Amino acid sequence: MVEMIGAKALIHALEKEGVDIVFGLPGGANLPIYDALVDANFRHILVRHEQSASHMADGYARIKRKAGVCFATSGPGATNLITGIATAHADSSPMIAVTGQVPLAMIGKDAFQETDIIGVANPCTKYAFQPRSAHEIPETVKKAFYIAESGRPGPVLIDIPKDVQQSSADMNFPELIKVRGYSPVVDADLSQLGKSVEILLNAERPIIMGGGGVILSGAFSELQAVAEILMAPVVTTFKGKGSFPENHPLAMGPIGMHGHAEANKMILEADCILAVGARFSDRSVGRYDEFGRGMSIIHMDVDPAEIGKNKSVDVAVIGDVKSSLRTLVKMLSKVIVKKDQDNPWVRRRKELIDHYAETLKDYPRDLTARKALKKLREILPANSIATTEVGQCQMWASLHFDVISPGTFFSSTGLGTMGFGFPASIGAKAARPVVPVVDIAGDGSFNMTENSLAVSVLDNLPVIVFLMNNYMLGMVAQWQRTFYNRRYSGVHQRNCPDYVKIAQAYGAQGIKAQSLSELEKAIRSALKMEVATVIDIIIDPEEDVYPFVIPGTGLKDMVTG
Amino acid sequence: MVTTTLPSTPTAPTPTTTLAEKIGGWHILSALLENKPGVLFRVTNLFRARNFNIESITVGSTEQPDLSRMTITLNSDERTLDQLAKQLRKLIDVVEVKVLDTDKTVYRELALIKMNAGDPTTRMEITNFASIFRANILDIGKETITVELTGTPDKIEAFKNLVDHFGITQLARTGVSALPRGAEL
Ligand SMILES: Cc1ncc(C[n+]2csc(CCOP(=O)(O)OP(=O)(O)O)c2C)c(N)n1
Repeated sequence: MVEMIGAKALIHALEKEGVDIVFGLPGGANLPIYDALVDANFRHILVRHEQSASHMADGYARIKRKAGVCFATSGPGATNLITGIATAHADSSPMIAVTGQVPLAMIGKDAFQETDIIGVANPCTKYAFQPRSAHEIPETVKKAFYIAESGRPGPVLIDIPKDVQQSSADMNFPELIKVRGYSPVVDADLSQLGKSVEILLNAERPIIMGGGGVILSGAFSELQAVAEILMAPVVTTFKGKGSFPENHPLAMGPIGMHGHAEANKMILEADCILAVGARFSDRSVGRYDEFGRGMSIIHMDVDPAEIGKNKSVDVAVIGDVKSSLRTLVKMLSKVIVKKDQDNPWVRRRKELIDHYAETLKDYPRDLTARKALKKLREILPANSIATTEVGQCQMWASLHFDVISPGTFFSSTGLGTMGFGFPASIGAKAARPVVPVVDIAGDGSFNMTENSLAVSVLDNLPVIVFLMNNYMLGMVAQWQRTFYNRRYSGVHQRNCPDYVKIAQAYGAQGIKAQSLSELEKAIRSALKMEVATVIDIIIDPEEDVYPFVIPGTGLKDMVTG
Repeated sequence: MVTTTLPSTPTAPTPTTTLAEKIGGWHILSALLENKPGVLFRVTNLFRARNFNIESITVGSTEQPDLSRMTITLNSDERTLDQLAKQLRKLIDVVEVKVLDTDKTVYRELALIKMNAGDPTTRMEITNFASIFRANILDIGKETITVELTGTPDKIEAFKNLVDHFGITQLARTGVSALPRGAEL
């Protein structure tokens, strides 16, 4: 037992969790925390907007695979975090958000900068705590990390009233805690795995669908082993992009609304799907009722509530997918070494890839999104990290930027949050400073959080903003072209701002690229630079993303251009 | 307690006809929750956010001071029921969730029913019905009678239908509380 104030206990508890960086911005209700922070043994990154603090913590978490931490004051500070918290929640990313709150006695009085943030955060957090006396803080922090990082990860909020931060108590820092009503670790059911083996071995056309769960549990080698034993082609969801090396001879890339054409086609021809850590989202499968008809579906997931939520399945294997896959590999290896490498199903993969390589034409310009992204891939080292903004840029990244080293790509896939990519890339850089980090961006999204350039420059977290600039809210414009007879409404960004100057104003490098050769030079220069680089790549505002599965239709109705 | 009986009045439904038989897919869930602030909000917010349509909810204390029991009834297909149970289990403040087998469960609801009863014959008839349904007369005024009735929801429905034509002026139902029969926990 040690006596200290609540704020100090918070910092100490974070240190004990091994926190090495916190992203935040102070205010009246978290002043005691910021005072205690002066003596902390971890880094604090001052953001320019709390939304970016939560995105940075998220980006950090996705690469470190442990909770990212962000701080904000009460009221507007706390509500500014919410977009990032909801983004993390939608993508099951572990996060600890610590907000200041008005003193206990003021709660419920509509005090200055009072927001019922517990109420606001409830639907987009895994849990939200409000310690009501200082001595609860160490245990609360321990529980928060445990909940955020275990099972299906997610964000946890700790809302601390100012007087609780300030008051003194005897603190006991527990090493182990139990949360009644929460038992996240389930070992995979062997009988279910036995059934899976039987189905998989009897299938003539098995396909694997890798989801975000594979990345969250780091089950890359296990997934690859299963694929190679079964000689099963691997598609992914968009969230699962990079759960399997996209240059592997069985890889087919993401399925879905803007999935790879060959992947969308192939999955419909399969007779058995092994879905690993995926939730059958509408964006991935099109129509729930149509998808998977006449096929056996095996579903592995850590979250029991995902089983049968969107799709009824034949076999459900509940448990951490890494351990489920590992056991599956063992069970499969007992029966077979490897399926025949040269079978019609594997040949079909190649056939489809060749077919669509032939049919899907690039947009007729010298510098297109496709060419730009292929160039980026060519030059970037394989271990680089890439993230994206939201819109056409994101879907082009999904289509044309192959992830070679598993787990080096992430995006706001569930919530689709514009403005996520740039701060998240800074968080990723903080998590893994030695590799290049790129944000594949659209101009509209970049506008939303571009002030994080200050953080990138001042805190020495240089990243590359690969800005595919069509001066348009491009994806919305594409929908208006497609569904509203080209009646444009609210999509023109009209040549403002000048991104080269924006970059320079913050002390970063800004380069305009109007041709493929200029782009190549710019990428090479960015990789050498020690500050952030914004590459302003001018593309045509009329370039559409194809293939396109129109909402409300099935994967079979995919439009290819 | 009023004890008069008249032979010509309808009899209370036999306890074997449950609502589950009348409306397919009537379910009872029983959950143990942490007894602390904000828990009820989390559970009800889940129902709203995930579009679950609940018939009744009761919450109260249990034999353990730090746990409350919530009983939920709903009409739904099996899949919705399964999702509801799973989503509830996912809530960290929810310690246990059981879907009760209505045949192996004792369940009761309490209703307070206030009816127009200005003239003596009406009063007589109501007290009669009350006695058949083992209901208690809680209050008799010049114009109204208030009855307390405990039973399965369908028993309460039956009584309501019986007295409806007198004019029910106010009605309050508690929702169902339930426990498994016998030694089962
Ligand atoms: C915060 C937020 N607001 C609005 C949207 C809706 N939206 C989806 S894509 C898009 C356009 C994105 O434009 P830009 O970042 O320039 O990328 P582009 O589509 O042009 O590549 C919009 C407005 C969103 N996803 N997120």
